[in-house]
Amino acid sequence: MQDFLRQGWERVRAFFGKGEMDSDLDEEMRAHLEMAVDENVRAGMTEDEARRQALIKFGGVQQARERHRAARGLPFLDVLLQDLRYTFRTLKRDTGFTLIAVLILGLGIGANVAIFSVVDTILLRPLPFHNPQRLVRIVDLTGKSGESSMTYSVDAYDQLRAESHSYQDVAGYFAFSTADNMNLTGRGVPQPITGIMVTGNFFQTLGVQPMLGRLFTRNELALNGPSAVLLEYSFWKRQYGGDPSIVGKSIEIDKQPTSVIGVLPESFDFGAVFAPGSKVDVIAPVIEDQMRDWGNTLALIGRLKPGVTIASAQNEANTLFPKLLFNAKHPEWGSGYKANIITLKDYVSGKLRRSLIVLWSAVGLILLIVCVNLSNLLLARAASRSKEFAMRTALGAGRVRLVRQLLTESLVLSLAGAVLGLGIAYAVVDYMAHQGSIALPLLSTVRVDGTALSWTLLVALTAAVLFGLAPGLKMSGNNLQDALKDSGLGMSDGRKHERMRAVLVVSEVALACVLLIGAGLLLRSFLRVLDVDLGFAPDHAAAIKIDYNGKNESTITQSFEEILRRVDALPGVEGAGIADSLPLSWNRSWGLSPKGQDPRKFQQGSFVYMVTPGYLNAIGLRLTEGRDITWSDTEKSQPVVILNQEVARQFWPGEDPIGRMVEVNQEDTRVVGIVDDVRQSGAEKKVGWQMYLPAMQREPEGANLVVRTKLPPDVLAGTIIKTLREINPAQPATEFKPIELLVEHAVSPRKFFALLVSLFAEFGLLLATLGIYGVISYTVTRQTQEIGIRIALGATQGRVLRGVLTKTMRLAMIGIAAGTVASLILGRWIASLLFGTKPTDLVTFAATIGIMAFVALIAGYIPARRASRIDPMVALRTN
Amino acid sequence: MPDSKLDLLQGTLDLMVLQTLATMGTQHGYGIARRIEQVSGNEVLLNQGTIYASLVRLVQRGWIASEWGVSDNNRKAKFYTITKRGRKQLAEDTAYWARLTAVMGRVMAMPQEGGE
Repeated sequence: MQDFLRQGWERVRAFFGKGEMDSDLDEEMRAHLEMAVDENVRAGMTEDEARRQALIKFGGVQQARERHRAARGLPFLDVLLQDLRYTFRTLKRDTGFTLIAVLILGLGIGANVAIFSVVDTILLRPLPFHNPQRLVRIVDLTGKSGESSMTYSVDAYDQLRAESHSYQDVAGYFAFSTADNMNLTGRGVPQPITGIMVTGNFFQTLGVQPMLGRLFTRNELALNGPSAVLLEYSFWKRQYGGDPSIVGKSIEIDKQPTSVIGVLPESFDFGAVFAPGSKVDVIAPVIEDQMRDWGNTLALIGRLKPGVTIASAQNEANTLFPKLLFNAKHPEWGSGYKANIITLKDYVSGKLRRSLIVLWSAVGLILLIVCVNLSNLLLARAASRSKEFAMRTALGAGRVRLVRQLLTESLVLSLAGAVLGLGIAYAVVDYMAHQGSIALPLLSTVRVDGTALSWTLLVALTAAVLFGLAPGLKMSGNNLQDALKDSGLGMSDGRKHERMRAVLVVSEVALACVLLIGAGLLLRSFLRVLDVDLGFAPDHAAAIKIDYNGKNESTITQSFEEILRRVDALPGVEGAGIADSLPLSWNRSWGLSPKGQDPRKFQQGSFVYMVTPGYLNAIGLRLTEGRDITWSDTEKSQPVVILNQEVARQFWPGEDPIGRMVEVNQEDTRVVGIVDDVRQSGAEKKVGWQMYLPAMQREPEGANLVVRTKLPPDVLAGTIIKTLREINPAQPATEFKPIELLVEHAVSPRKFFALLVSLFAEFGLLLATLGIYGVISYTVTRQTQEIGIRIALGATQGRVLRGVLTKTMRLAMIGIAAGTVASLILGRWIASLLFGTKPTDLVTFAATIGIMAFVALIAGYIPARRASRIDPMVALRTN
Repeated sequence: MPDSKLDLLQGTLDLMVLQTLATMGTQHGYGIARRIEQVSGNEVLLNQGTIYASLVRLVQRGWIASEWGVSDNNRKAKFYTITKRGRKQLAEDTAYWARLTAVMGRVMAMPQEGGE
């Protein structure tokens, strides 16, 4: 054994010490021959005869050398190196081909790696928590009025923790935080930051340890206890330059001294998991005793005990949740929650599974098209190299050796493509990870990592085999004599070759067709979503979060009045108003029922907006009946409300709602107006109940100033902020953002998928076009003589042109037909991703067929034109 | 010279080289080749050049050692000597061959059963 290990080592040494060993052997063989000659001469031969006999007995010197090399070195590596050298030489000679091949492969592999990284992060990899498979989201999925109907009150949460036996622990977070809801004060202009409140056991439940410092103590969770926050890693880096000494120090948040008790690890990104598309800076504790009367506020996450299944947890929930009290102090308000227990992973990415798989399939198709395209290119090359291969066969190269050579070539191309592709993937992934506005979970944590690298290698190798094998087998199987005899531009030989290339092109066109139709359907759905009437006019309006003075309704009203009066007077402002909640952003809901009826019959709850006069106009809401809110609706006058049509339809079908009384959180309120329905939760969601209450009558929770203007928001921003600072120096440096951004944020996942798939489809179309062009152009070149003869015999230019075009269109049409049929079958599979578009959408199909046919026509026309211009004299003379 | 030479089993030539060196002492490639030709009656070596692949393999395994020297008639040549490990290996292989040939001999000499 030891001897063979030694031999292995010696072989490696010999592999690197080739020159020395070869010269050693040469000298040894020379001595051998001389001794043989000497002996023969002594036996009486002439000098010449003696040498001849010696050489005969020795056998081939070159063979002996080869055998020596094979015995002592690493013959496999030798051959590989030889193949590689040869490959580099041929590829260098054919720069154009090499560049195109590597570019196409790079794009194909790059797209695959980038999308794989996204799929891996969102779908395949477990969530970045301890034992994530036991984490569940406890949520009422049947809720119709946003977060309020999907969350639970503090009392219900406490009761759940006390009475449930399924969980190691249940944690929650305050579901109604908005961006920039806190201000970092004490150092000049207040700086807006985003904070979220979580229950004291939140991090223990997820199994997340702070990177620095500690978690919240009991003291900090108590009412009027010391204020404390944890910093998110990225905020700590950005705001404090990653300074560890910040832990334990006191900072000022909303003018309140608050101690920084710790920094969370980089792997923890609250926004990425729980609030896609948003960024959280600091984490504060939920003070339970402060929030008991706030209604449903907590979004719940549970960690199942070992051995407890989702089904058994659901069973328990079905009996336990209806018994949970809304408010323990007011048992007369009743009980009756519902809950669905789903894994946290499912909650975070379950909805995206189908989209991601479609996206993944799309890049897979792209790779397939790339491979087919390259196979085609290689086949064309192989045809012109058939003589070279025949020559090598004649010189003794076996079939295996030739296939190996061709595979080496495709492998080198693939690996070069993979390197380029990785570069592209890195750039794309980095770009996507920094698109904070795309509301996809975990997107900000996407990286090209080890898994992605292995995936790249796998993809590249598969591609190499796929596109290298077909031409390889084809070539090596060629008849040696035919190939050597054939002049290379003959007419008879091409048939078999051509059929194979035609099949490749047809499949390429079919694949591109499927991609194009899929992209068309998704794109049309996206456009349909954009076309949905949101109920308000997002264009030409912008909003800014404002800080205001005043502790009660009347002082707040004064403050609002002054702000609006000043802003309204600014040049370019067409209208201004204030609301505490904007469409398509956070959604809180309250109880609402018509007076005199049993409130329990109206459990749905209504979205609540606390607004000032002018808001409806500023946001572009249409008042269909009654009046707007005015400044004379004060805390002293009768409470009033404006409802949306949906509520009116449900409460008083076919009757006039104006002047009727409703109960808003048990308080009698008069209906003074009706407005259009607003798509609060997104263009694709059903409309819920909505009510607009005067901010003068009920204390608002924060304020957004909405301004309607024809000017670009950037232009107006300066004066608006200056004005706000004049009124209130504590106005933080919040951004004046177009309302359209809210819409964009809401449709961003759909846009993300539609645009990516379209991009891939365009790439596929380009490749298919190149494929058609390549095949037809090649055919024309090979048939130059044939066409020349036909022209000489009287075929007109038009006839030749038509002939080539007919051939092109026949190929294209077969491909398109196959692609269309495949799309009809696959269409059902993406039906659930479509919006307002049928999977058999006629427009998409017709457009795709039209585009494909048109592109094929152009791809065929260029070589066809060349064919028709062939000069018979020149064509016949060449060769 | 016979029309056809014996096809050698893998490693058989190596064994012959070892045996030759064990009996002849230090020897160069040509000498080993000639000796094998003489002993085998020209039946095994297809051509003398094949000996060198065998020699390099044995050197790499450490069963023989090589050194440049000068031959009887003053030519520079590479001389091979069997090593201690080589002798051990030769002993093992010889025993193996003896067993194998004995068994093969018995099997091939089996009388036809049943008779006429």
